[in-house]
Amino acid sequence: MATSAPDIASGRLAAEDYVRNFADIHPPLDRHQALVEADRCYFCYDAPCVKACPTSIDIPLFIRQILTDNPFGSAETILEQNILGGMCARVCPTETLCEEACVREEAEGKPVKIGLLQRFATDYLLAEGEGQPFERAPATGKRVAVIGGGPAGLSAAHRLALHGHDVVIFDAREKAGGLNEYGIAAYKAPDDFAQAEVDFVLSIGGITVEHGKALGRDVSLAELKTSFDAVFLGMGLAGVNALGLPGEDLPGAEDAVDYIAELRQASDLSALPVGARVVVVGGGMTAIDVAVQSKRLGAEEVTLVYRRDREKMGASLYEQELAATNGVVIRTNAKPASLLVEDGRVAGIAFETTAEQDGRLVGTGETFTLPADMVFKAIGQAFVPAALNGSGEAIALDRGKIRVDEERRTSLPGVWAGGDCAATGEDLTVAAVADGRIAAESIHRALIAG
Amino acid sequence: MANLASSFIGIKSPNPFWLASAPPTDKAYNVVRAFKDGWGGVVWKTLGTDPPVVNVSGPRYGAIHSNDRRLIGLNNIELITDRPLELNLQEIKQVKRDWPDRALVVSLMVPCEEHYWKDILAKVEETEADGVELNFGCPHGMSERGMGAAVGQVPEYVEMVTRWCKQHSRMPVIVKLTPNISDVRQPARAAMRGGADAVSLINTINSIIAVDIDNFAPVPTIDGKGSHGGYCGPAVKPIALNMVAEIARDRETHGLPISGIGGVTTWRDAVEYMALGAGNVQVCTAAMTYGFRIVQEMISGLSNYMDERGFTSIDEIVGRAVPNVTDWQYLNLNYVAKAKIDQDLCIKCGRCHIACEDTSHQAITSMVDGKRHFEVIDAECVGCNLCVNVCPIDNCITMEPMTGGTDPRTGRAVTGEYANWTTHPNNPMAKPAVVAEPAE
Repeated sequence: MATSAPDIASGRLAAEDYVRNFADIHPPLDRHQALVEADRCYFCYDAPCVKACPTSIDIPLFIRQILTDNPFGSAETILEQNILGGMCARVCPTETLCEEACVREEAEGKPVKIGLLQRFATDYLLAEGEGQPFERAPATGKRVAVIGGGPAGLSAAHRLALHGHDVVIFDAREKAGGLNEYGIAAYKAPDDFAQAEVDFVLSIGGITVEHGKALGRDVSLAELKTSFDAVFLGMGLAGVNALGLPGEDLPGAEDAVDYIAELRQASDLSALPVGARVVVVGGGMTAIDVAVQSKRLGAEEVTLVYRRDREKMGASLYEQELAATNGVVIRTNAKPASLLVEDGRVAGIAFETTAEQDGRLVGTGETFTLPADMVFKAIGQAFVPAALNGSGEAIALDRGKIRVDEERRTSLPGVWAGGDCAATGEDLTVAAVADGRIAAESIHRALIAG
Repeated sequence: MANLASSFIGIKSPNPFWLASAPPTDKAYNVVRAFKDGWGGVVWKTLGTDPPVVNVSGPRYGAIHSNDRRLIGLNNIELITDRPLELNLQEIKQVKRDWPDRALVVSLMVPCEEHYWKDILAKVEETEADGVELNFGCPHGMSERGMGAAVGQVPEYVEMVTRWCKQHSRMPVIVKLTPNISDVRQPARAAMRGGADAVSLINTINSIIAVDIDNFAPVPTIDGKGSHGGYCGPAVKPIALNMVAEIARDRETHGLPISGIGGVTTWRDAVEYMALGAGNVQVCTAAMTYGFRIVQEMISGLSNYMDERGFTSIDEIVGRAVPNVTDWQYLNLNYVAKAKIDQDLCIKCGRCHIACEDTSHQAITSMVDGKRHFEVIDAECVGCNLCVNVCPIDNCITMEPMTGGTDPRTGRAVTGEYANWTTHPNNPMAKPAVVAEPAE
């Protein structure tokens, strides 16, 4: 391989290409389209889509409300169960949740477009600018601390505020929203939707956000436990899994989540540098998001490499197809073997092909090398317990995350947890929202009983 | 290609599809376009006396739509032709001359005085039109002036005017009936007594199609007010089919030729009308929705249906279902059917279950062995057919007649022996001797 300077550059595209590439990937339905689509819903009994929704939104009811020209009521139905229904409509992998369960999927392979209908209703409510459809209960005088202003924290805070409690959200970043603001592909939530939704959630009143306050650095669990009546932990995953290969801290090797955060916060995408040849290691949503966005920033070749076969990929089939149609090459059954380092920076990555033996992944000894200007690590994130346990009593973990019961109670009395940092299930926005709501209801029961 | 030729009360047309007297047949321009597209005949929009009526210069129609805005029902407040009589007559004469193989019938509505009818009949006769249709049906506007439905609702008037027309004309006379009456057989019988060659039905149904709930006025709204209009389109077909059948199987009017009208949109609709006794059909709303070209689908569909069934003439279809239309009291109470769900076709929407559970007989499971599963409980199923109707999948739920054994719901043996209400022990009026429906 010839030694050459890495080709990492900004402004690879014309201005209008950035606009087009990062515009809404699923344009919203207009009123007529929504009515026609809503008409396809069968209003199933004990509907399978509701069971498939982590937040158990009454989907047949909200669709029927669209059908009967009651979009405001439809939005209320959605938001009652999921206050971040607007973002979930944009980012939920509906093809593996409600839409997979839709009986029309079984009937004709074409489920009702539940996600787009949910967006239609929630957009209507937000666009109307009528603010909260919900009214706070009389003040209880109780105070709850929420760590993390992401989907879990916002969901918990809103529900607690609704019940009349006062909430303080401590968020480590400058803006609330968590991964809605700093993660997620830009084309899924354009036009600063994440902040618009944060504003909407906070408009219920009774919620204060303390920005730039991280647990373990600026606040400790011990002091929160004494100064608040309850604590909800929703700080997400701070750690990024490492490849475990020499050279991964050198320039040219990047954490996908950091790059996506940078992209999401960039005011001018044409100023964001991207490699000509990009290799993404990983097979989940983050891997797809960084691969597709690199391509859309103008990368010439983007290869996504996953160690197992396609069926095992965390990214849904839909996401895989999205990558493919964006020109991302997906290679499977290959694991990183070594990073190629030239002139003090990563210039490529070698892979060893793999096979499964008795369910275990083994290397076959065959290798191939992909030259790269940028290598993105997207092999998962991890919970970092140090901050938490360094600031208070030890809290029990389960498979590296905070252990919680069905009501999202941790092993510490008075402390609840939810979202990606809790060992509850899939790391999805919608699952985090469900955790937040469930925890808030449990906290509310505890506070009024106490 | 089957032979679709029609001879309705001696009026010949290449197929049984006529355009009804309505806006599509208001002038030569439209009628010629219809003939070019293949319509077998038209009933020219109703002529009246001069000076012509005046229509509103605002919305004349209102509609019921499906969510993808398919037009299901239409209502109108348009009156009879608003063009001068002489102009219409000239055009009729010219069109008939240019299209001799097509049926051209002229709809008429003049005040209930003999001289008006005598005058206009003489003028129509000069056009060499094939016949006249007496508009006794229009439910709005004209009825307020003692015409249209105001005549059709009084059998004596129907008979009287029909008689005048038969006296003063050699032309065949079709009497168009209003559905806005409790028993449609009464005006049909009156028309027959007056000498009518045929009846046509239904005219539009009195209706307010919608209310503007922002401005609180009926739709269509003219300067803040609305009026009832005439309802038509696919939604009215069931009402019209019943009225056609009532006349076809009535002892007095049995055999009286019928021109079937009301929501005919496809060849299948036409076959249904003809099976219940209509000799031909008249179409309006479907043409107003999709344009005249739809007749080509009707012609092709009817032809293929006839070829498939081996019918060589439409006369073989006309009235074929009439003997099977009966009164409830003659239905076989010993017939037992049970719903059956095809598990391979079932998509598990559960609508059959909830319809049966909430509103009927609790005869469909929702869960079996802890799994979502919909199955008919024969011991509860009365065979009502509701589940079949609410199921979104074609042929997934079917009604299976029992041919023997014991009905698990009633514990009674299924013999298949015919027995109806007239002989049922629960009927206080039961007549033990009568077991079968009397022959027509």
